[in-house]
Amino acid sequence: MALSGLFLCSFLVIHLTINLFALQANHDKTAESFWGAEMFETYGHFMATHPVIRPLEWGLFAGFLLHAILGIYLYLLNRKARPVQYEVNKAGENSTWSSRFGWLTGILVGVFLVVHVNTFFVQSRFFGQEPMIRLMIEAFSSPAYVAFYMVALVFLAYHLKHGFQSAFQTFGLRAGKFEKLVNAVGVVFWLLIPIGFAIIPLYFLFAY
Amino acid sequence: MSENTMTIKLKIWRQKDRNSGGQLVTYTMPGVSPDMSFLEMLDLLNLDLVRKGEDAVAFDHDCREGICGTCSLYINGRAHGPLRGVTACQLHMRTFHDGETIVIEPWRAKPFPIIKDLVVDRSAFDRIMAVGGFISVKTGGTPDGNAIPIAKPVAEEAMDAAACIGCGACVAACKNGSAMLFVSAKVSQLALLPQGHAERKARVEAMVAQMDEEGFGNCSNTYACEAECPKNISVEHIARLNREYLRAKFIQE
Amino acid sequence: MTLNSKIPDGPIQQKWDNHRFNMKLVNPANKRKYHIIVVGTGLAGSSAAASLAELGYNVTALCYHESPRRAHSIAAQGGINAPKNYPNDGDSIWRLFYDTVKGGDYRAREANVYRLAQVSNSIIDQCVAQGVPFAREYGGLLDNRSFGGAQVSRTFYARGQTGQQLLLGAYSALSRQIGLGTIKFYERREMLDLVVIDGQARGIVARNMVTGKFESYVGDAVILATGGYGNVFFLSTNAMMCNATATWRAHKRGAFFGNPCFTQIHPTCIPVSSDHQSKLTLMSESLRNSGRIWVPKAKGDKRHPNDIPEDERDYYLERLYPSFGNLVPRDVASRRAKEMCDKGHGVGATGLAVYLDFSSTIQRLGKGWVEEQYGNLFDMYQQITGENGYEQPMRIYPAVHYTMGGLWVDYNLMSTIPGLFVLGEANFSDHGANRLGASALMQGLADGYFVIPYTIGDYLATSKFPKVDVNHAAFKDTERDLSQTTSQLMAIKGKKPVDVLHKQLGKIMWDKCGMGRNEAGLKEALQEIPKLREEFWNNVLIPGSADSFNQELEKAHRLADFLELSELMCTDALHREESCGGHFREESQTDDGEAKRDDDKFSYVAAWEFKGVGSKETLHKEPLAFEYVKPSQRSYK
Repeated sequence: MALSGLFLCSFLVIHLTINLFALQANHDKTAESFWGAEMFETYGHFMATHPVIRPLEWGLFAGFLLHAILGIYLYLLNRKARPVQYEVNKAGENSTWSSRFGWLTGILVGVFLVVHVNTFFVQSRFFGQEPMIRLMIEAFSSPAYVAFYMVALVFLAYHLKHGFQSAFQTFGLRAGKFEKLVNAVGVVFWLLIPIGFAIIPLYFLFAY
Repeated sequence: MSENTMTIKLKIWRQKDRNSGGQLVTYTMPGVSPDMSFLEMLDLLNLDLVRKGEDAVAFDHDCREGICGTCSLYINGRAHGPLRGVTACQLHMRTFHDGETIVIEPWRAKPFPIIKDLVVDRSAFDRIMAVGGFISVKTGGTPDGNAIPIAKPVAEEAMDAAACIGCGACVAACKNGSAMLFVSAKVSQLALLPQGHAERKARVEAMVAQMDEEGFGNCSNTYACEAECPKNISVEHIARLNREYLRAKFIQE
Repeated sequence: MTLNSKIPDGPIQQKWDNHRFNMKLVNPANKRKYHIIVVGTGLAGSSAAASLAELGYNVTALCYHESPRRAHSIAAQGGINAPKNYPNDGDSIWRLFYDTVKGGDYRAREANVYRLAQVSNSIIDQCVAQGVPFAREYGGLLDNRSFGGAQVSRTFYARGQTGQQLLLGAYSALSRQIGLGTIKFYERREMLDLVVIDGQARGIVARNMVTGKFESYVGDAVILATGGYGNVFFLSTNAMMCNATATWRAHKRGAFFGNPCFTQIHPTCIPVSSDHQSKLTLMSESLRNSGRIWVPKAKGDKRHPNDIPEDERDYYLERLYPSFGNLVPRDVASRRAKEMCDKGHGVGATGLAVYLDFSSTIQRLGKGWVEEQYGNLFDMYQQITGENGYEQPMRIYPAVHYTMGGLWVDYNLMSTIPGLFVLGEANFSDHGANRLGASALMQGLADGYFVIPYTIGDYLATSKFPKVDVNHAAFKDTERDLSQTTSQLMAIKGKKPVDVLHKQLGKIMWDKCGMGRNEAGLKEALQEIPKLREEFWNNVLIPGSADSFNQELEKAHRLADFLELSELMCTDALHREESCGGHFREESQTDDGEAKRDDDKFSYVAAWEFKGVGSKETLHKEPLAFEYVKPSQRSYK
């Protein structure tokens, strides 16, 4: 769980880094004139065609799948450890919402991913829709679609809020001097990654 | 001593034995003094029930000093009640107010079957201890107590872990019914002390395997255990348990 | 029957060594053929069961708790003594021996006490090896503190939870043997009778507290490590389930009871707040190292303690005992507190409390220091009383804490029934008439780790054991009798719940056989107890059924025994017309109110032989000889 989670976290960093280059796209709606946007398309193309990256794509897909399956499996297993529930249970007083509802935020992020992958990845890979920047401009012109992203990113934030430090705890690394570091990086991570992602659709919504 | 007494409404889980069903039964308790301990309030209820010819509410308790770990009440949705770092036996009625409804349930986890009412069987903990919660030394023939110096901070941290009273609040509070805090407290104590090093690998593997076999859930790091632990055992010990486990599985021969 | 203490010959320093050599050994290959039953799994029981199993014996261990880790040894706070002399302050085995004999007010057996002092150093080594996290100094070596009136620092401790850590150490050794299959452990079993066949203890019958069934356990020897009987007073610092049933029923089967009137009243407990009180909570007497005890000079002074000026406070222990001050032994501190309250100087709503004040220590060393030393005790005090001990003095009052009396045992820890061994607080042994602080843990572990493994071997090697199993008539008869007694109890269906009757007994005992005792009071008690016992058997009300988990029935069995034992305690207290240690006969005191012993008449162990319920027990005397520590009037001035 923790291993697949951290793997996915590393993907998020790469994904965000490349996507932020898209912000360099200029206002005349062409992708060629700025360096950054060029980088974005180049990397995007590189990612989509390189013979080494292609198998990694499957790895990524497998990572998501594994994370989800393990999550569901553990959730069901853990429910078995308490066959009779409490009549009154105030879990909110001893633990955070994000830690208890990782399964829920996970499912919601999963739903988002299906839509997200369909909009961009499936369209570009299987229907030859290019360049990516055009897909983004089109998709993010709809305020409803952007709002959907914002909500999903909030769930992602909650998911990461628990997941990131939790993974380190599972590896036994959230202890001693490391604990403060993990916690600090954790905050940066669960706040900055979703905010970074949120900037992109907002940028396209308001800038175009 | 307080002159003011309170009236408390109790909803208590009553269950005849392991195989019967149970339900919450409501009792009204007048004359509760704020200076009473929570268990003394239950004593008073039982006195009343017995006088009426009804069966007393069974609940585990012994030292009533917060150290034996016997008391095990889930009070108003919290293991050992609303206060942090306090066992149910050390909880006093001044924490509650007149007219309050208090719901009392037993620890709920598959490895803790109910014996009667609020009494559960926690022998699963003993079985975990029996496979590795020790240092294998025989009586006699041990070196002088000062033969192995142990740095004070290390000894203190081992003591922090060793303070566990084995009450099971961690399991009761955990949404997964996980016993990781309990197991980690012992593994951590013995991993910190040089005396425990020789058996590190065998100990952590055996205790974790037994924990799983008993049917405790997995740790998903909600840290509810730490929040409800009456002895404030830190989840840092779970991190250490995880390290010990990974070390045993991947590094140590 | 004459008492034979079996004290080995030779100079005291060599008695134990000589004895160990002279005792017969069991061949290692034969050890597994012997079956030993250990009842009670506190410090003494766990350590004994583990050590015997390590040696190769077949061990069955039982306790009425759900786990050995719940035993009340766990509540001991302060520490454990051993004369390691790590602090270089002049300690030695001899000094610990001397202090313990003197502290016990010359009513303990010298040879036993010397052995206790001798083996105590090994206990520390053993516990450290088990992973007991004793307090350490910055250099990594073990830390010591001075405790309970000792003038050397010989107490090893693990914060305020030494008993817990030592018990968990013994429990880990026990658990290891359970895991190895050398010990069969049964939880939630309460021993209700001892089975004696042809004069030998051959087993017990216990009630399975979950199913209500009576179960027989057969062995070649039985070890009782079932703790003390402080709960005879209803209110005590003992855990709620602590009881005398195992020892008392062994007594009824022929084991003599030694010095039953010797009870210890601990001075630093949290006072009773109301009638609903179910038990008393002790705070470690290490508090007396830093706190000053006082009462207002004016009687009935109801001012807030912080409003009472310095010159209107009576620091009575410092006034009466300039050299020991607040660190006088427990019996003295307790009695003086009672005296102050009886004279009208008591504080708090009930007037039954004195102040324990930390303000001068906080001024001198800071609140942080006090917090570090005693933080958990201050928290506990606040939790129970709702008062902050840092901001105003704590209120304390003495409470029953420990019983020095218990089943009489010889030097080998064997009772007057061959094959019945008694360990820890359950025996009368080493503390005489008053136990010193940090000595109970020491004795429990000494008995279990370092005495019984040797002495039981000698008994097994020198005795014959005809084949016996659970179908033997003695077991069947005992099971049937217990079943009948239980049915009888259930059938009474009277008006009074067990606790109500127990409180009545407690009041009689506290008032008449408590901190101060006198002839008139004891005689009254001896009238009242049989009446109360009769009322119990006619008017007790036990709900539920006998064949299920029934805590009221458990309590009824225990109270039935307390109602008999209490009578013997009063008989013993009445016959001992002297004051010694925890036994203070008001008729026998010095001019300045100190306990006055009568060595000419009472320098013996009173060992009582059961003669039937309600019949006066027969007194046997084991004379005490003091060859090495010459009796003197204890003085702490």
